[in-house]
Amino acid sequence: MGNVVAQALVIAAKDVRLEFRTRTAFVSALAFTALVLAIFNFARDPTAVAAIDVAPGILWITFCFAGLLGLNRAFALERENRAIDGLMLAPVSRSALYLGKLLANLVFVGLVEAVALPLFALFFNVPLWPILAPLLGVIALATIGFVALGTLLSAIAVNTRFAELMLPVLMLPFLVPPITAAVQVTSRLFAGRSFGEMAAWLKLLVGYDIVVLATAILVFDFTLDE
Amino acid sequence: MTDLSRAERARARSTVVVLLGLVLIAAACVRALAFTPLEVSQGAAQKIFYVHVPSAWVAFLAYLLVGGCSILYFFMRDPRLDRLAASAAEVGTVFITGVLLTGPIWAKPIWGVWWTWDVRLTSTLFLWFVFFGYLVLRSAVPEPGQRARFSAVLGILGALLVPFIHVSVYLFRTVHPAPVVLNVRGPQLPGTMLLTLLLSLGAFTVFFAGLLWRRYAEAALEDARGAEGDDGAR
Repeated sequence: MGNVVAQALVIAAKDVRLEFRTRTAFVSALAFTALVLAIFNFARDPTAVAAIDVAPGILWITFCFAGLLGLNRAFALERENRAIDGLMLAPVSRSALYLGKLLANLVFVGLVEAVALPLFALFFNVPLWPILAPLLGVIALATIGFVALGTLLSAIAVNTRFAELMLPVLMLPFLVPPITAAVQVTSRLFAGRSFGEMAAWLKLLVGYDIVVLATAILVFDFTLDE
Repeated sequence: MTDLSRAERARARSTVVVLLGLVLIAAACVRALAFTPLEVSQGAAQKIFYVHVPSAWVAFLAYLLVGGCSILYFFMRDPRLDRLAASAAEVGTVFITGVLLTGPIWAKPIWGVWWTWDVRLTSTLFLWFVFFGYLVLRSAVPEPGQRARFSAVLGILGALLVPFIHVSVYLFRTVHPAPVVLNVRGPQLPGTMLLTLLLSLGAFTVFFAGLLWRRYAEAALEDARGAEGDDGAR
């Protein structure tokens, strides 16, 4: 078990180092996220709809788009020069390969979210300070769920024709439970409601994370089997 | 007997079941329109119940088949399971489309809107999206072994997703009529209507089984021809 974690960390470190050296994907993802937030501001009538009413939805749609962009990259990277063959031949277990990719994706998406969140607070005039800790908790829960699923699906999508289009088509239906739950909890946080009103959604989120992670680890070996 | 001739015979037999299903559906429709009383509050709009509910039932069967075959394929790696899952997904998509088309026709006069984000409507819509993604994925992977593995993974994930969507939308409120047949207090509709519904359910199930078998035979035929072609080339 410790062995798997160590191997996963090596793979994740490789991906993060690669990303840190080129920075192209990260910078374009950031620019994309800022643009989406700015465009959403003009997708409402400011005289009829208050920013706070649509803010939770906008936040999560933005995160979801940013996530899709980052996930597409994870295995596309390994396709160039058939680097995936090298990874498959390396003496690491497939579970470690999956966990490593998952960790690297979480770092990537997490960093984009870390920049997008203050920008979101600025653009939509949402006071984040009082609810920052619980909000970060919800973001972590929902992000783990959709990145865990997206990592598995991107390993599939990258091997198909029209890979860039395939990932969203396969993945978006699976984002309904985590995104719904995250939006509901976020809007209740903004409205200052009690924890009891969010508990059911949080349970759903945790349940989703557990089921998706367990399934993904279980079937990843089978997915990549040649 | 070769695989090829066996597959050809299966295709011929399945066609008979498809035609039988069509005749039964026609009979059920005649009974529903001419020999079943009008519902008091909903009037003629309620007649669509006899097409809508059986289509949904068949769509549910297809969902179970795709999920079940995908899980079994994960363990057994039998290409026949993959073929069955693919056939069920394709035929199931047709019936889910039927559910999604007949629902609004009823909803407009009864609810006043064509569409609403109710639990069952949302779950059905996303089931359609998952099936659609499943079929698109199949068409985008040329290598059969890889296609079977990818499809099985998506099938397993899809089977897990639908209950989650159901729960997440359930946390909103629901307006869809409660089950009238599988009700805790027993069937809540008159005997003649229940009989028509059961007849229609049976007819749709036969039609579904026929189409499924036909599609399966078609895939088997394709594989057998491919295998024969390989033998010829050798």
